[in-house]
Amino acid sequence: MNDQAPLLALKDVNTYYGQIHILQGISMEIKAGELVCLLGGNASGKSTTLKTILGIVTPRSGTVEFQGMDVTSKSTTFRIGHGMAIVPENRRLFAPMTVLENLEMGAYLREDDFSEDLNDVYELFPLLAERKHQLAGTLSGGEQQMVAMGRALMSKPKLLLMDEPSMGLAPVLVEQSFEIIQRVHRAGVSILMVEQNANMALSIADHGYVLATGRIVLAGEAAALAADEGLKKAYLGR
Amino acid sequence: MEFFLQQTVNGLTLGSVYALLALGYSMVYGILKLLNFAHGEVYMFGAFAGYGMLTILGGSSALVVPVWLALVLMFLAAILASSAIGVALERFAYRPLRQSTRIAPLISAIGASFFLQAAALLMFTANSRTFNTPQLIAIDSGIPFGPIRVWMVRVLVIVTSFVLMVLLYLWVNRTKTGKAVRAVSFDREAAAMMGIDVDKVIVVVFLIGSALAGIGGVMVGLVFGRIFHIMGFVAGLKAFTAAVLGGIGSIPGAMLGGLMIGLAEAFTTGYISSTFQNLIVFGLLIVVLLIRPSGLLGRPELVKV
Repeated sequence: MNDQAPLLALKDVNTYYGQIHILQGISMEIKAGELVCLLGGNASGKSTTLKTILGIVTPRSGTVEFQGMDVTSKSTTFRIGHGMAIVPENRRLFAPMTVLENLEMGAYLREDDFSEDLNDVYELFPLLAERKHQLAGTLSGGEQQMVAMGRALMSKPKLLLMDEPSMGLAPVLVEQSFEIIQRVHRAGVSILMVEQNANMALSIADHGYVLATGRIVLAGEAAALAADEGLKKAYLGR
Repeated sequence: MEFFLQQTVNGLTLGSVYALLALGYSMVYGILKLLNFAHGEVYMFGAFAGYGMLTILGGSSALVVPVWLALVLMFLAAILASSAIGVALERFAYRPLRQSTRIAPLISAIGASFFLQAAALLMFTANSRTFNTPQLIAIDSGIPFGPIRVWMVRVLVIVTSFVLMVLLYLWVNRTKTGKAVRAVSFDREAAAMMGIDVDKVIVVVFLIGSALAGIGGVMVGLVFGRIFHIMGFVAGLKAFTAAVLGGIGSIPGAMLGGLMIGLAEAFTTGYISSTFQNLIVFGLLIVVLLIRPSGLLGRPELVKV
């Protein structure tokens, strides 16, 4: 991998659900160390983009490259084993399992000793250390967000994918959540964040892409995007 | 008192076997939301594999190896045959239909059940076989239990089942793969997002569930003597009832449900009449479901938003 190669690159990706053409020629990239946000309204293809990156859905054409490697036809397991991790939409914790077990599942593919990373997660979220034997389903929304984040970090990811981290959280928790994202980012993890909350996302991102009905309609530096009139249009649709 | 204890032991014996079978039902349902109707046939083939091994070793009356070794080999043969069939079922009858409607694999399961019954009819004919266990392990061997003696074979069945259930419980709660089974059962896509190879976990579940069914098949052969090609149907139905009664998808629930059904059957037979056996068993199911629709230890299904 040379210095110029992006950490992740999508090249002209087309993804279908059955007959429905969801992603229509998506190209985007994330460089190592960047925090990139992917914005867009409902049904714009944000989640499908994440699923395509993670290999949960396979694009009909186009390529997904991760660390200079073509992973288009590789399994989700392979991609996660090579350094991707996700904080899914609505967190998707394993509710009947304990906090600790949830974190362990995040480290599922690791064969080495991860006790140090467990301590790091507990340091980042001291509350989780207190609640490690509590069932994840009994936690509050904000606490669950911490578990979801911690679970993703347990695999020591190079690229962290975040699907709507602000969804379903009270405004004060959204702010807290974004602070945590920034902290993780500063610790050297590259992040791709999918968000509806454009202002919030752009305020912490380096770059942004705006999706509308399966196409990228705007892209650029986060600061420039935040000031762009087109952004509003993309959200309102036409 | 003596009679009561005798029926209790009968119930525990039968219940242990139902519990082993119910575990397979419950685990598969937990992970695929599929009722594996061919599970009873997996159990039947286990019984025949055990019988086949017994025959190869000279039969009950003319064993060429020590009894304990014969038993070990019989159980091993059953485990191998049943888990092979279970894994094949998953691979060829269920996996191709995993993305289709929920009813399709159910129909496929019923078809697989008939297919395996017919295959057994062709392979073993409609004649039943007997294990002649008393020639293997004397009927008066056993351990005292209050005023009665419990036949060694029953002791073996109850203790082995109990040990297996404890091991399964520990496996599911303590090991990495066991935890992955729980994760996949709760949310398959989220589990995949953690890098868990969902297909592999599903195969492991079929492997373990089927092996337990095979062990149950040999146990029934040993205790009750007779095995036949359609023995899986009623046993499967009872085990399914046990799984639902305990709360389908719940492992302790399957154990509890199995033991309850076994005891209910034994007491009905002992104190009322065997004619009422099914009436009481399924009546019990209806009553429990009326009070707790998700079974005794099942979780109410949460509506996902």
